[in-house]
Amino acid sequence: MVYIKPTTGFAALNLRDFWNYRELILFMIWRDIKVRYKQTLLGALWAVIQPVMTMLVFNFLFNNVAKVSSDGIPYPIFSFTALLPWGLFTTALNQASRSLTSNRNMITKTYFPRLVLPIASVLGGLVDFLIALVILFGMMFYFDMTPTISAIWAVPLFVLLAIVTALGVALWLSAINVKYRDVGYALPFLTQFWLFITPVAYSSSVISDEWQLVYSLNPMAGVVNGFRWALLGAGNPPDVNVAISAGIAIIILLSGLVYFRNMERTFADTI
Amino acid sequence: MTTAIKVENISKRYKIGTAPGKFKYGMLRDQIMAIPDALFNRNKAAEENYIWALKDVSFDLEEGQVLGIIGRNGAGKSTLLKVLSRVTEPTTGIVTVRGRVGSLLEVGTGFHPELTGRENIYLNGAILGMKRGEIEKKFDEIVDFSEVEQFIDTPVKRYSSGMYLRLAFAVAAHLEPEILVVDEVLAVGDAEFQRKCLGKMNDVAAQGRTVLFVSHNMSAILRLTQEAIVMQKGRLVMRGSTTDAVDHYLASGQSQAGERFWDPQEIPINAEPFTPLSLRLTDMKGSVAENVRSVEPLTLEMRYRLSAPITGLRVGFYLSTIRGEYVFTSFDVDEPEEFEKLSVRQAGSYVSKCVIPGDLLNEGRYLIGVNASSFGVKRYFMDENALSFSVDPSAAPGMQWAEQRQGPLRPRLKWTIERE
Repeated sequence: MVYIKPTTGFAALNLRDFWNYRELILFMIWRDIKVRYKQTLLGALWAVIQPVMTMLVFNFLFNNVAKVSSDGIPYPIFSFTALLPWGLFTTALNQASRSLTSNRNMITKTYFPRLVLPIASVLGGLVDFLIALVILFGMMFYFDMTPTISAIWAVPLFVLLAIVTALGVALWLSAINVKYRDVGYALPFLTQFWLFITPVAYSSSVISDEWQLVYSLNPMAGVVNGFRWALLGAGNPPDVNVAISAGIAIIILLSGLVYFRNMERTFADTI
Repeated sequence: MTTAIKVENISKRYKIGTAPGKFKYGMLRDQIMAIPDALFNRNKAAEENYIWALKDVSFDLEEGQVLGIIGRNGAGKSTLLKVLSRVTEPTTGIVTVRGRVGSLLEVGTGFHPELTGRENIYLNGAILGMKRGEIEKKFDEIVDFSEVEQFIDTPVKRYSSGMYLRLAFAVAAHLEPEILVVDEVLAVGDAEFQRKCLGKMNDVAAQGRTVLFVSHNMSAILRLTQEAIVMQKGRLVMRGSTTDAVDHYLASGQSQAGERFWDPQEIPINAEPFTPLSLRLTDMKGSVAENVRSVEPLTLEMRYRLSAPITGLRVGFYLSTIRGEYVFTSFDVDEPEEFEKLSVRQAGSYVSKCVIPGDLLNEGRYLIGVNASSFGVKRYFMDENALSFSVDPSAAPGMQWAEQRQGPLRPRLKWTIERE
């Protein structure tokens, strides 16, 4: 028996319904991956070209010109290690924030838990990440760097933190985007701004101690530092700052879920 | 018999903008500007900015029943199906559904042009709620039905539109929920494929599944359903045998027999800048008529307004029998010289008028549909059942025999009989 009636008050998360549609998530991820580099000359190479080119530009600007400190680690690998999770985060955030509006037809013509769309978009970004990870291992071999043993648990954990953050923000933005297309304009600006407050091009050691706590409110700072620590042995092991980062990410995710679920009922009418 | 669907007092309210078309998307700015208004005269704006797409609709449907839903554009048919398939929530009321609902509000939802036919079958199946195993089991059957076997590994962007629709319908047709909700999807494809789709729908109904079926095609409704409901302005106005319902539907909505006006809420927003005003049928004496004689010419007048110039506009009529067979289609700029002359139609009010000659139509009931479009660019407005009328055969050729003449036409032909 299914009851169709107006939702009153707070919508329940109803994760069981979501679980029933898990196959659709897999299909949507598969579609995104299949389609992503269709009719391109270089195909999946783009997953490599983007971070590598950014790394080269960063290397020239921040290493050769501005001479930014990289904590004694060769700058190319120092920045590339950060660009990987950063790329994962921005791809996931961008795709997921637009996932509802770009699948308008599905929303107005069929029923399925709408959460499927942003979640599938976020997870779809993992493939590019894994491809670029191969390049990172190559570079580590070239620069003769050995990852710490903790990398085995730390890397997946920080990837998870990046994904949780991206999903949390994207849940907010995708739901707002259904009604206000301003999100499309704000998004490039937001990611650019976010890049400045994340230690991708520079080391977080340049931030003075009294600001470290504020700085860690940005979950991506925790992710990037965590990656550098686990793979390159740079900086301090995860401490209370990472816990704060994780806490913030979870708050964004949960609030995003609640907001999304409550807006969901009007998606088909307003999109 | 158990109840498959129980609809109780369903209403659905939509918000409409104060200046329709001007602000298509709610902009944050508008919302912020509206705050002072909302604070000071909050009651004023409330009621007039809403329309009720559905109002207090209630009905039951037994398991295994096939119910047709008919009504004009904007009568609430599609909204009702959207509520039943959980695409949108009702504003008030409750629907109790027993069993899995499969909805076909559109064929090919989620089809991706870059993916092959095979890949799209899986994807579309999943979107329609099929499990992977289910799709695999039916895969060959789906491909077979679609007749695109040799292109199954070609991206669908290379398909002709016919192939695309066939594949899309094939997936949809193999959905096997307990309750099937179908909107107008049969109105696509060529005649032969439509027949095939109708056949498939017949099978579905014969298997004892519950089906709700919306169509503008009266012959499809008559063929597939025994029972139907008629919607009008968001309300359920009657439920009865399909023949009664079709009669009721065709008789209603015309404020005066032989004349049809369009209410603003019946006109879709994307009809802009075209606004249909009225359609009139007049007899030889120039009076508006609903019953016309076969031997007399009739005049059709379509009045409309353009709020902006339209390039390549053509306004025309479909004439079809009540069973849904087309008799002819004609547009006001069918003559190439006329079309050249009117390549841009300026803003203003117009009447497009034509005369259907006498001695053409056979006895029976006919429908006139209206279409205003720029070929290959945009269809501004279409109402397939704008007006209906009856043709009286008195004095028509062959009336000396009391028999039903076959076919929709009854021309007076010049016969010669020679003895050789």
